[in-house]
Amino acid sequence: MEVNGDLSVEGFLFLDDGAYPHQKNQSASIAGRLELYHDILDNLSFSVEAYYRLDSEDDERSHGDLRLAELLYFTDTWEITAGFGRVFWGATEFVHLVDIINQTDQVDALDGEEKLGQPMVHLTVPRDWGVLEAFALPWFRERTFPGEKGRFRTPLAVDTDNTDYESSSEQQHLDLVLRYSTNLANADIGLYYFNGTSRDPVLLFSMDQNSKPILYPYYEQIGQTGLDLQLIAGEWLLKGEAYFRTGQSRSYAATTFGFEYTLTGLFESMMDLGLIGEYVYDDRNNGWLPTIYQNDIMGGLRLAVNDMDDSTILLGVIRDLDSSSTIIAMEASRRLGESIRLNLDASFFIDMDIHDPSFSLAQDDFIKLEIIWYW
Amino acid sequence: MNPLAVKTLIVSFLCAPLFFIPAAHSETAEEKGLAIAMEADRRDEGFGDYTADMMMILKNKQGKESKRAIRSKTLEVTGDGDKSLSIFDTPKDVKGTAFLSFSHKVGDDEQWLYLPALKRVKRINSRNKSGSFMGSEFAYEDIASQEVEKYTYKHLREEEFQGELCFVGESYPVDKKNSGYTKRISWLDKAEYRLQKVEFYDRKQSLLKTLTVEGYQKYLDTYWRADTMSMVNHQTGKSTRLLWTNYKFQIGLSDKDFNATSLKRVR
Repeated sequence: MEVNGDLSVEGFLFLDDGAYPHQKNQSASIAGRLELYHDILDNLSFSVEAYYRLDSEDDERSHGDLRLAELLYFTDTWEITAGFGRVFWGATEFVHLVDIINQTDQVDALDGEEKLGQPMVHLTVPRDWGVLEAFALPWFRERTFPGEKGRFRTPLAVDTDNTDYESSSEQQHLDLVLRYSTNLANADIGLYYFNGTSRDPVLLFSMDQNSKPILYPYYEQIGQTGLDLQLIAGEWLLKGEAYFRTGQSRSYAATTFGFEYTLTGLFESMMDLGLIGEYVYDDRNNGWLPTIYQNDIMGGLRLAVNDMDDSTILLGVIRDLDSSSTIIAMEASRRLGESIRLNLDASFFIDMDIHDPSFSLAQDDFIKLEIIWYW
Repeated sequence: MNPLAVKTLIVSFLCAPLFFIPAAHSETAEEKGLAIAMEADRRDEGFGDYTADMMMILKNKQGKESKRAIRSKTLEVTGDGDKSLSIFDTPKDVKGTAFLSFSHKVGDDEQWLYLPALKRVKRINSRNKSGSFMGSEFAYEDIASQEVEKYTYKHLREEEFQGELCFVGESYPVDKKNSGYTKRISWLDKAEYRLQKVEFYDRKQSLLKTLTVEGYQKYLDTYWRADTMSMVNHQTGKSTRLLWTNYKFQIGLSDKDFNATSLKRVR
């Protein structure tokens, strides 16, 4: 049995007063992760990853999750996992459009990269011509949202006690997914079809029992065909994702694509500088359901110092082409000694357009310091 | 094989009788350099597959050290470059990170990185070969499978190095545009064709790094592998040592241990 994990402490400093009552300008939280791994047989193993966060301000952010609790069995020709799992699909760096298996743990990380464990049975059949995968997802995980006292929230906090579903099976709807992926000499391609409950809810307005206005999440049944692509073209790395979705009030498509180019040995040093340029388009913008990434361009610089502390600095800018809204994000990270990592993040929301859904973040410029101790 | 190579083969086959004049042709330095590289390569053929543990010790100018524990798996591919998989056990913040590489004799290698926190497989552009491998003094092109076809050669001389009579020769990267080197000077012992030392010259033709290889042991009575590889960067004063242990040959690895599916379940 292998046991490890990490313990982290983070502090947020917000540069402006919150837009809504009860929001504070500082918050702190601690989080812990416990990982267990055990080889029952040579080709049968069990892994668990349990996670808990305690937040000083937002009760919704104080939460736990079973990120992973799965059995894996494999043979030379197929493998199967059963339990709470995590699957990532995608190619681009800024927006992960096609990643659909796991629900986003929105309250845990604003960037959407933290995901909730998804109950699943997952069959993988690798062949010479590619990999076929089939998923049965018997239980739906609701997205997490910040509470009344949390930052990064909508003007009305989302009330997850009033969640509603299109399907009468609600959380018990059985979602099914098929995926084909393959590696060619200079390209990795994935194509899938998902049928089930949409991971991103529509937020609807209503009154709760006490006639207080609320927003509640409404999860629809969708069919989604998704494509992800990583392509090597000379010194360039080209990436693209796209999906076509049916089942909501009208069918629509969304896409994101871009490039990464790396300058190695910058200024005759050991440093590498990655240049990232991406674009995202979502066709719901057309007077129907505005989304944050409907017509946006993104630029990023990723500096890898290549020192013994693995220091990295990431600078990203997201600019809405239809309005003036601009988000600037910085992430600096280094190791301290052998088992501590230090992360310093900052985000600034500039000229946020009142018609843009991300306008609700306009007052949430922040600096965050995180210390993670791995054991 | 590309069409040009097929054509070359046919042409040389057709012309062969014309040049079949024994001992009339004295070997050039380039031919001898290539012949030595090919012989070294031939002597390592047939190993099949092996696994080994590597401790990478980074040392900066002030003498401060940092360690990375890596497990590696290698599969010999007949007629092409090897497949290899490196799995990081420490530092703990990168535990489970895995690097998969398919090297090719001709054309670009294929490389992927697996990031366990996100369960994400990322394609890497292998043309960034001059970049540092995990902050070490070894570049990606140094740790990649050393296929004969990736360099051109020139034999210089024979000299004694650490008690062994060695072939000393220069090699020049075929991919001049992306390599960090203009040339390498290598010392191979004449007895067993084992690499003893390499000097790396940067794009400005000045000495950048020296690799010394020590502690060779013979496995399966045929294949030589070293215990220690030390790379010293003369321009920065930094160095990296690779300490290899636990070599196991012919354990039955196959292509199935080197694909995206197996990458996602590495431990």
